[in-house]
Amino acid sequence: MQKLLDIQNLRVTFPIGGKEYPAVDGLSFHLNRGETLGIVGESGCGKTVTALSLLRLVESPGKIAEGKAIYYGDSPEGVDLLALSEEKMREVRGNKIAMIFQEPMTSLNPVFTVGDQIMEAIQLHQKVGKAEAQNRAIEVLKKVRIPDAERRINDYPHQMSGGMRQRVMIAMALSCQPDILIADEPSTALDVTIQAQILELIQDLIVEMKMSVLLITHDLGVVAQVCDRVMVMYAGMKVEEAPVRRLFHMPKHPYTIGLLQAIPPLFDEKGKELYSIKGTVPDLSHLPEGCRFSDRCPRVVEGCHSKVPLLKYVGEGQEVRCINY
Amino acid sequence: MTENSTTQPHYWSLLLRQFNRSWLNRIGLWIIIFTALVAIIAPLLANGEPVYLKHQNKTYFPILQTLWPIKMLKLYPELAGADYKQWEKEGAEVRYTFVPYSPNDYDLNSILLPPTRAHFLGTDEQGRDVLSRMIYGSRISLSVGLVAVTLYTVIGIFFGALAGYFGGTTDMLISRLIEIMICFPTFFLILTLLAILGPSIYYIMLVIGFTGWTGIARLVRGEFLKLRDQDFVTACRSEGMKTRRIILRHILPNSLAPVLVSATFGIASAILIESSLSFLGFGVQPPTPSWGDLLSQSRDFIDIAWWLTIFPGLAIFLTITSYNLVGEGLRDVIDPKLRVN
Repeated sequence: MQKLLDIQNLRVTFPIGGKEYPAVDGLSFHLNRGETLGIVGESGCGKTVTALSLLRLVESPGKIAEGKAIYYGDSPEGVDLLALSEEKMREVRGNKIAMIFQEPMTSLNPVFTVGDQIMEAIQLHQKVGKAEAQNRAIEVLKKVRIPDAERRINDYPHQMSGGMRQRVMIAMALSCQPDILIADEPSTALDVTIQAQILELIQDLIVEMKMSVLLITHDLGVVAQVCDRVMVMYAGMKVEEAPVRRLFHMPKHPYTIGLLQAIPPLFDEKGKELYSIKGTVPDLSHLPEGCRFSDRCPRVVEGCHSKVPLLKYVGEGQEVRCINY
Repeated sequence: MTENSTTQPHYWSLLLRQFNRSWLNRIGLWIIIFTALVAIIAPLLANGEPVYLKHQNKTYFPILQTLWPIKMLKLYPELAGADYKQWEKEGAEVRYTFVPYSPNDYDLNSILLPPTRAHFLGTDEQGRDVLSRMIYGSRISLSVGLVAVTLYTVIGIFFGALAGYFGGTTDMLISRLIEIMICFPTFFLILTLLAILGPSIYYIMLVIGFTGWTGIARLVRGEFLKLRDQDFVTACRSEGMKTRRIILRHILPNSLAPVLVSATFGIASAILIESSLSFLGFGVQPPTPSWGDLLSQSRDFIDIAWWLTIFPGLAIFLTITSYNLVGEGLRDVIDPKLRVN
């Protein structure tokens, strides 16, 4: 497998009351060419911040404190995205690495037609005329299976449904044929049938365009359907990583096990309460001592509170950060 | 091609439809359009030079001498100082526009005449036609409103956009500057500045422009604060757009609706300020007519010549009311809480 993106020791901090707190703390992972990596975790685990920091779009006052993100798309020796000049970075955004967002209802500019917006994205990175840009926009809208693309190109976002808008967002992201697609909960805001369609579409496009995808979600069902590999994050740290089958069959970390148990089963006795992990993700400024999951963990032992456990390789591409292994 | 049932009208045409629902809004808009037209075609409405003249078997169109840019050609040097009334008596054929007087044509034989066939709105103490002076006065009043408001809208958008988008220290500095500007009693500031600079219509435009931008700046700042965190702005950045492009092309058009409302009210108040200043003698210099100036001149004759006061006063009142009506209408239309479908 050829590495396309290699993130090393990424640390993103936010100031709270004058002190810097890490939303992402010492995160390392990689994305192989043509692979789909899922990043899973509850809200507030640092998934979105991780994605935004790869494009260096973390909103001030948050900042990338340290780390590297080596991108091997242009040259075998790679470039560090976090050290690029702002101008070079703009050439990467949308062109090499594109992103789609959670909220299709607000991710499009309400005052321009969708065609204008896709054409703008194309013309930002490619020297093409208006007519050619329009042709490509129609082409890419067809690719995301928007019926009657020649006409829908003149629609304003408010004339489209949520699913349609998400297709437009995907079309925009694909318009420059990026190497990497970052999809931040692309189906969360949609209703279930549309979710399925959008996921299917993304899956087809991955194969068709040979893209590498970073899929952020809190829905393990989505992970099972789309991903090759999964990384589970908790409170800014990687707690477990494994190939997708392995994760579902042999989850190690108590947090992963909890997440899997919290999936509503299709057939179950009526009236049985659905499992949930007690508590919530800790506040950045009130992280527990030692293992960050220790205050919610059902398998907590004495050593858990003393220091953060190291990531441990447990075979077959699986890593886990837990004192019990 | 079949009709696409999902196609909805564009945002602005929706607003227009909503706006047209109220007859007050429509009246306001029509008065604004009417006054604007009058101001634009003033020389075609009121002109002392005839449209058509046939004198000693030669045909002239003397009105052309007064129209820019044709007047540069100096078409009829032989007509300089011509007495059309005399020629008419001698048998020349003369046709005038709607009001056959230029604003500064005085006639000491017909001073302070009440409204008649010859002078629809009467004459003033120098025998000048009031309607003609009002028609030309609309040019001054409306252009002050338009230029001053355009100027301060641009300044306001500039500062508001900077403060709202960048936040932090930039925002702090600009917000404090706005607060300082607001503390000045604007009208007296304008009076003082004009007293130093000297009365001139251009100074009025500039001074209103440079003192009036705070309201717009605050509005735009608020809109930018709201919009810059919207997903579509992050999406723009993730596509690799430059900050300038994001601000100008993507955020600004989304923040313009409330600015439009505020600017409409602004035009009304700028016209009022100009009228007040002219009334106080700081405005345009005689004999150039402006509505405020006409009112001011009429003071001495208010007990014997009511028409000198009523008509310019009415013009100011109607114009300002219509701008306020339209502003109010626009504000209701863009307020989603009041929207009816």
